Amino acid sequence: MPTQLLEGIRVIDFTWAFVGPQTTKTLADCGAEVIKIESATRPGFWRTTGPFKDNEPGLDSSIPFAMFNTNKLSATLNLTYPKALEIVKKLIATADIVIDNFAGGTMDRMGLGYEVLKKTKPDIIMLSACMHGQTGPYATHPGFGNQLTALCGFSHISGWPDREPVDLGAYTDLVAPQFNVLAIGAALDYRRRTGKGQFLDMAEYESGLHFMGPILLDYIANQRVANRMGNLCPYAAPHNMYPCRGNEEWCAIVVSTDEQWKNLCDVMGNPSWTSDIRFTTLTARKENEEELDRLLGEWTINHSPDEVMSKLQAAGVPAGARRTGIDIQLNKEPQLVDRQYFSELDHEVIGTHKVRRPPYILSKVPFDMRPAPLIGEHSEYVFKDILGMSDEELEELVIEGVIE
Amino acid sequence: EGMLSPYRVLDLTDEKGLLCGKLLGDLGADVIKVERPGGDLARTLGPFYHDEPDPEKSLFWWAFNTSKRGITLNIETTDGQEIFKRLVGTADFVLESFPPGYMEKTGLDYPVLEKINPGLIMVSITPFGQTGPYKDYEAPGLVAGALGGVVDQFEDVDRPPTWIGHHSQEYLLGSMEGVGGAMMALFYRGTTGEGQHVDTSIQEALARAPSAQRRVERMALANFSTPSKKKKKENDTPEKKGRIGGGTFVQPTRIRRIWPCKDGYVVLLWWAGINAKRWNMPLVNWLDSEGKAGYLKEFDWDTFDWATVSQTEIDRMEEPTIDFFKTHTKADILKSALKYKAMVYPVSTSEDTLQSEQLAGRGFWQEVRHPELDTTLTYPGEFGIFSEAPARISRRAPLVGEHNREIYETELGYTREQMLLLKQDGVV
Repeated sequence: MPTQLLEGIRVIDFTWAFVGPQTTKTLADCGAEVIKIESATRPGFWRTTGPFKDNEPGLDSSIPFAMFNTNKLSATLNLTYPKALEIVKKLIATADIVIDNFAGGTMDRMGLGYEVLKKTKPDIIMLSACMHGQTGPYATHPGFGNQLTALCGFSHISGWPDREPVDLGAYTDLVAPQFNVLAIGAALDYRRRTGKGQFLDMAEYESGLHFMGPILLDYIANQRVANRMGNLCPYAAPHNMYPCRGNEEWCAIVVSTDEQWKNLCDVMGNPSWTSDIRFTTLTARKENEEELDRLLGEWTINHSPDEVMSKLQAAGVPAGARRTGIDIQLNKEPQLVDRQYFSELDHEVIGTHKVRRPPYILSKVPFDMRPAPLIGEHSEYVFKDILGMSDEELEELVIEGVIE
Repeated sequence: EGMLSPYRVLDLTDEKGLLCGKLLGDLGADVIKVERPGGDLARTLGPFYHDEPDPEKSLFWWAFNTSKRGITLNIETTDGQEIFKRLVGTADFVLESFPPGYMEKTGLDYPVLEKINPGLIMVSITPFGQTGPYKDYEAPGLVAGALGGVVDQFEDVDRPPTWIGHHSQEYLLGSMEGVGGAMMALFYRGTTGEGQHVDTSIQEALARAPSAQRRVERMALANFSTPSKKKKKENDTPEKKGRIGGGTFVQPTRIRRIWPCKDGYVVLLWWAGINAKRWNMPLVNWLDSEGKAGYLKEFDWDTFDWATVSQTEIDRMEEPTIDFFKTHTKADILKSALKYKAMVYPVSTSEDTLQSEQLAGRGFWQEVRHPELDTTLTYPGEFGIFSEAPARISRRAPLVGEHNREIYETELGYTREQMLLLKQDGVV
């Protein structure tokens, strides 16, 4: 019996930045053998991007690199050498999946396009992920997730109606990897049944727009252009983040039924304003929402977010303490701790650090988390054990600079 | 023929999991949406077609239920449970998003269903997963978002923290993880013949953005219109030194990221660090071609570092850029960005998106027929272009109980009389 979900699957990984490495991280965490092809003379984005261990930049000391590349292997090749291209093609002939996320057309220009790889390995599954996809007028346009988040329309609907749109950061970078994993999973099953590989041309733009479905249909059917609305929701009030005791502490509270409203009032000790006709029905609360939020905030400010959350949840009122990214990364979120979302790994250079598993727990196969590779850590395994090179050949290629 | 055509999916989810079944359906699977008699509550979510609040006209429902057939079934009745178990015998996946414990209470939890069908993959999508101290907490999108660490202040220090508005992004991210877990379990089943239970947590799906990335984002999030007044917390302070590959973003300098243009906004970040020249010069060249580069023309990108640059310097850089954007429309800027390979994009509205030449060029939009309304609507189409088996919408979302007869009578062999009885008993 295999001990890992994707046991026996080999992935050749040309990815960089965020979306590609997050896609291959899922595959690696699920037990595929993911081999990163790296260059020591032109190291990738996260190898050179901090924060670094002890603030000392170094190819093996980037903390984000270690977080994004768990369970992967690393082999180094300088792909500007024709010999390196031949070697990587031999490696691909032993593989199941090839993944890149360069701007459209890059793999073709490198001589590693799907048509070429298909000759090397007829049933190869190749996934190319970029901003706009491999076709269309913008295919070759470079960009980052931050910009695509704006292009997809997320920025326009985020923030406050009376202010400029919000720059959300690279939100679509969080969306695209899961679409990539879905496409690969489906293609693996299709290959198992039909023997056929295929080319999966993924555009972050299109993945992102699937998260905008209702808003796009609202424009198509009703010609309505969705706008910013802060934290409000058309069918609930209260529906906002409320200030709590402490420094920048907040709690979400959402009330959409009469029962929840009654329970919220009970928990607050039924202050007199709650029986004011301006707040007793949902319609009235929607009409007087600003005042409602102000009065509710006067109660929440006297309690910690966890107090507000646990008291309200115990009474059946949806509430959630606001966690920051830092709270989560420092593993201070009790629910995530209980489910062991993060585990501690020991990395040769970085030492003890926290990494996350995929966001699901499977009943039969536990995840086996291992630290990210040092640069070139598995070159010997890849070139000797997989490709059968002799020590002499390997040494010669290192001297020539083909293997770095 | 889609990639997943041989498979059947029983979809019991509410808005937390609907996207999961939609994508399996677009990939060719036979997805049966199992609704409570009268129809699921997610049909009451707006917006609505022509603003008519009718359970058959929810655009939210339409968006996330394409390529599914639909039946009604009350799984809280013994007859309903027996029917569901018969269907499980024919299925490969069951998707559900009930509160943890509900499936066990109705006698339809994984250990029971596994006995009926050992190859079954059951995917649960819940706010916090099936275990842990918050498992029973109720979590509309905003609550899940708060606990998942995505709700942030984006420098609007005089307002509450916020995130993406309208329908819940939190639930969609959870659905995506659920469908990914389902695919991983499907591969394992291909090797072993065994199904399993995939316990997906929406909170974990949100928490997957590592804070290192967040921190880079946060440092860069200073939006010019609302300068930061608060003092940064100790653990929130970016490294004072060190150069980040793409650019180092250091407070207290304010860096504009959203810029007004003639008919809206565009997004642009000036990059620092080793890639500054490569990523910034295309835009400078474009400004220069119109004689508007001004100070940017003489700016020294090689020594530009957010850690050392002064606010005065940033203001001088921003001046020509602001003036330039104000004279151009979003559409112009996008066109020229392409020409000059400049990394600037419009802040699009849904109207802009529909006009995208790129999406039209890729054939992204798909026309979907709604025969009951005698109309055809444009939908977001393929989520990727696949060379062997495309992912296409095969039909619009089902009407309430639209396929009851097809599935109960034709497939399962219930007679018209039995159907009448089941209907009267509130089973279907």
